[in-house]
Formats: sequence, C-alpha cells, structure tokens
Amino acid sequence: MFETLILILDSTLRLSTPLLLACLAGLYSERSGVVDIGLEGKMLGAAFGAGAVAYLTASAWAGLAAGIAVAVGLALVHGFASITNRGNQIVSGVAINFLAAGLTALLGQAWFRQGGRTPPLPEGGRFLDIVFPFAEELRAVPVVGPIYAELLSGHNVLVYAAFLAVPLTWWALYRTRFGLRLRAVGENPAAVDTAGISVVLLRYRAVILCGVLCGIAGAYLSIAQSSGFIKDMTAGKGFIALAALIFAKWRPLNAMFACLLFGFLDAVAIRLQGQPLPGIGEVPVQVFQALPYILTVILLAGFIGKAIPPRASGIPYLKERT
Amino acid sequence: MSAGQLPRWVDFGLIPLLNLAAAFLVSGLVVLLIGESPLEAVGILVWGSLGFGEGIGFTLFYATNFIFTGLAVAVAFHAGLFNIGGEGQAYIGGLGVAWACLALDRIVPWWVTMPVAVLGAAAAGAAWAFVPAWLQARRGSHVVITTIMFNFIAASLMVYLLVNVMAKPGSMQPETRTFEAGGRLPMLNDLLPFASFGTAPVNLALVLALVAALAVWVLVWRTRLGYAIRTLGANPTAAVYAGISPARTIVVAMLISGGLAGMMAINEIMGSQHRLLIEFVSGYGFVGIAVALMGRAHPLGIVLAAILFGMLYQGGAELSFEKPAITRDMIVVIQGLVILFAGALEHMFRPTLVRIFTFARAPSATVG
Repeated sequence: MFETLILILDSTLRLSTPLLLACLAGLYSERSGVVDIGLEGKMLGAAFGAGAVAYLTASAWAGLAAGIAVAVGLALVHGFASITNRGNQIVSGVAINFLAAGLTALLGQAWFRQGGRTPPLPEGGRFLDIVFPFAEELRAVPVVGPIYAELLSGHNVLVYAAFLAVPLTWWALYRTRFGLRLRAVGENPAAVDTAGISVVLLRYRAVILCGVLCGIAGAYLSIAQSSGFIKDMTAGKGFIALAALIFAKWRPLNAMFACLLFGFLDAVAIRLQGQPLPGIGEVPVQVFQALPYILTVILLAGFIGKAIPPRASGIPYLKERT
Repeated sequence: MSAGQLPRWVDFGLIPLLNLAAAFLVSGLVVLLIGESPLEAVGILVWGSLGFGEGIGFTLFYATNFIFTGLAVAVAFHAGLFNIGGEGQAYIGGLGVAWACLALDRIVPWWVTMPVAVLGAAAAGAAWAFVPAWLQARRGSHVVITTIMFNFIAASLMVYLLVNVMAKPGSMQPETRTFEAGGRLPMLNDLLPFASFGTAPVNLALVLALVAALAVWVLVWRTRLGYAIRTLGANPTAAVYAGISPARTIVVAMLISGGLAGMMAINEIMGSQHRLLIEFVSGYGFVGIAVALMGRAHPLGIVLAAILFGMLYQGGAELSFEKPAITRDMIVVIQGLVILFAGALEHMFRPTLVRIFTFARAPSATVG
C-alpha cells in the first residue's frame, strides 16, 4: 500500500511538471492583464521545436533553447496582436493554438516523414534522470528510503526546475519592483501609465516570460518525458494548466498545489484503469479525465470559494489621446 | 462621415479582403517552406474543390457543417459572448440525433424522423450550452473558460457513453449500430435529377443549413429578441437602461447558439455517417470561429465563408493526395492564420487605410 502510494506520488510529480510550468507561464501573462488561452499552442510548438533540434544536434540543451525560442516567438505574435494592435486576446489565443497544431503536424511530416512525429532522439538528446547521492544505498531504509530514492531522487532537471520556479515566481511577483508593477498593470494599467511606466513594455515582458516557461514545459514533454515529438502530444495539457491557474486563483503557491492535484488525478486514473475501487466498484477512467474541468467549472461558479481574475485581464489598454 | 471613419465598402469589403489576403500570403510562405510551389498548390486546391461534381459535392458537404457552427458562434458574438464551446455542443448534439434515429429508424420513414432528430440535436446542443450560459448570467463565470471546460467534459462523456452504454452489442468499436433507412437523410444526388455529386455525402442538411442562415438573419435583425441581443452585445449598460434583462438575453442567445452548433450533427450523423461515432465533430466546431470572424457574423458572410472553408477542406484533401508533403494539417494552419488576421489583427490595416482615405478626401474638404 505504502509502496503503491509512493509510486503514484512519483508519477504525480512527473505528470504535474508540464502543467506547473505552463500554469506559471499563464500566471505571468494574466497577472499583467493579457489573457492567454494559447498556452496549449505554445507548449505544442515548443515541444516540436525542442524535439526537432534535439534530434538534429543530439543536445538536450540545444533542444530546450529551440523550444523556448519557438514559444517566445508565438508569445510575441500574441503580444503583437493583443498589446500593440489591441486585438481580442481570446481570439488571438485561439489562433495560436490552431497555428501550432497545424504547423507542428505539417512541418513534422514534411521534414521527417514519420507521420508528424520526430525520429527517436539520439544519445544526449534527452534530459536524463538525476540520481541523488546515496539513493540506492538508502532505498532499503523503511519509509524515508523509498521517499528519498523513489520520490525525490530520479527525476530530470526540468522537474526540479519547475518546482524551483514556484518560490522564484512568488519572490519575483511579491518581492521585486518588476513584480509589483506587473501586478499593478493587471489591475489598473491607467495608474501604472500615470506613474510614467510603459504599460506596453511591461506587458511584453510578461508575455515573453510566459513564452519562456511554456517553452520549458513543451521541451519537457518531447525531450524529457518522452523521446521525441508526437503529433498533438500536449493533448489538452495547456487547458488543464489554464484550469489549474483559475483553480489557484492566479497565485504561485496555489498553482503548485492545483497542478499537483490535477497531476495526482491523472496518475490515479492511469493506475486504476480497469481496477475496481473498494466500495465503489470500477470508476470509468473518463471520470478522472473530466474531473479537473468539472472542478474548475464548480469553482468558477463560486460554489467553492471565488476565483476573481486580475481586474484588467482581457482588456486592451488604450492610452487616451485627444 | 467624421474623421477616422471609413466608407462602408472599405469596412465590410476591403478590410476583410486585406486580412484574408494576408492570411493566404503567409500560408503561401508556409508552402514555400515545405519546398512546394504555392501557385501549384492553389491550382490543385481549386480544381479539387470545384473542378468536378464529386469535389463540389464534398465542398458543399463540409460547408454545411461550417454554416451551422459559424452561425452558432455568430449569434453569441452579437450578444457579446464568445462561444468556444461549439465543438462540445455539436458533439452532444450528436446524442440527440442518435437517440431520435435509433428509436425511430425501423418504424417510420426519414421525413418523420428528421424533425425529431433536428429537435433532438438542437435541444441537446442547447442543453450543453445552457450550463455555461447560466453560470455567466447568474454567477459571473466567464463563458469562454466554461465553454472550453465543457468541450473537454463533452469529449469524456461521449467516450464513456459510446464505449460503455451505447455501443453496438458484440462490437469492440465505440459506435452505435448503423441506422436503417428511416434514420438516413436523402442525398442531394437522389433528390436532384441533374446533380452529379458522385459519392459525396452532401445531403438535405444543406437546405436546412441555408434555412437556418435565413432564420438567424431574421432573428438578429428583424425581431425584438434580436434587438435585445445586439443591444446587449453593443453596450450592456445601455441594454439595462432599455429594459433588457442581460441574464435572460445571455441565456437565450447561448441556447440558440448551442442549438445551432448541435444541429451540425444532423449533417454528419443522419446525413453521412448513419451512426454515432467517436470524434465525428473533429474540429468543425472550432472552424465555426474562423467562419464567423471571416463572415463578420452576418449570415450571408457566413455562408460564403463556410463555402470557402468547405473548399479548403475538400481541396486540401485533394492536395494532400497529390502532394504528400502538404498534409491536411495545412488547413489547420490556414484556419489559424484566418483567425489571427481576420480576428485578432482585424484592425492592423485600419490606421493606414484611415490615413489614405483622409488624405484622399482632404483637398475637397479644404475647398468645401
């Protein structure tokens, strides 16, 4: 039983990582007042960029850089449409999801001719698991051993980076000048503008940060968790991350717990497939798949607390001109 | 005409055309990137979609889907709501069609089943749109987010139903049994003696779609309800002063929107597949967004945009057959670019055009 729990928690960490990175990405963007439903697309584009470059260069780091570059590129398109041109942010996000879904499949097939996937990555093209010192020796120790050896050790560098990004984001948001301005521009851009700070520049920086984090999330999918890009490999994770962001009420620490919860549901669903639950019987796997979305809807309805987005989110800022 | 305004033909003709041109120009660049000739690709695309009877038939078949989903998005647009849930609503609409057809197909002819199936599709789609609508109207949860969530919930629900509840007995396929003649819409090929659509599944649902487009036009511009919807979309505060209940109007507009999206299932399920199966919507709900944006939320524009997207779908299939490097994913790219340029960047060319037109008019203004 304990062993099963450790295994489920272990895969929870792995499954939460891309959600957490994308969720924090959305957090920066939406805290600055730019709604982003293109997380899915940016993640998918990054996964493809990372997979393709990691295959060609046999370097995981080059792959990661390519993934980030692709996601930042898409983020800049979103920024150009929604900040510079004051277009509808939701429409722009939808467009980015389509562009990424289409381009990755199209270019993947045109360049690699393997049904839209990249070839398996060569040696060095993947982020490998990091084994903590003495992990194997400590494995036999009861309780602490499995937690250390199985749960904490043996993940790749991006998993640790994702969880490290949580305190970093908290610090950046609540303890730096940039963070203060970022939060202010998401609540009241006119006030920030009056203070002589450029709303446009601030929002662009937030959107780029969002791209960087989405890039890492996508790279995690294709060159850390799997060995290569597969068509549509994000499979709605960007939207789960969006749900988690709402669930977390746009706060970094809550984001981590929301992503861990959604990752846990996923891990349990995989574990329980075809197995009866004591007292309930067999639960269809679709219930677990739909649960994050259902929970988010219930939260949005205000039945469990209230999710209040940043006040200026979704509204393009227009400096008054006469 | 005051400064900064443009003539109507520029607003409703030139700007959409420029946006569309930009989208196709970038699509051409993508084709170049793959190492194929964009002009040749356009040639194959146009020939594949309009060059022969069967191609036209398929183009019209796809267009039927897009008219329904495009109208669905447009009605919500007029109320100031962005219904991204067309995908889920159409999917659930399939349930309504399937229930009607499975219950009636062995007893009555198709023309008795059809009204029931249409009602079933509209009711099921509307029901799926009701919850997000109600949540937006009463609890203030944003309809965009809830409809996205409902798309995923619909997908899970349908997989569950098709695998565990509705599956054909003794079959491993997640689909219902095939409908008998009483659950099938007649093909246009059989209705029109001169038509030669070959094996294309274009069917009576096309007529239904055109009727729906006309009905939406009447509803939005010729009825009291349409006035309420447009007022709410244009200015919610003014709507309240005009005695319009925002909550009620939001719910009604979303119900109509969901119902229209659900009716897409008539074309696919009763008109072509003749059984309920997994993923029959396959993105048509999302295409509705591009169609509505391109058609400027006007039924006539939507019909034209739907035909254009029908051409892309059918011509794209032909293109991927002729040029294996250009897969059908090219359509998704074009779709994304259309949404980007016609939707999010719709005002990109505007300032330049305003400058050009003010400049052109300036001399007469100084004289006058």
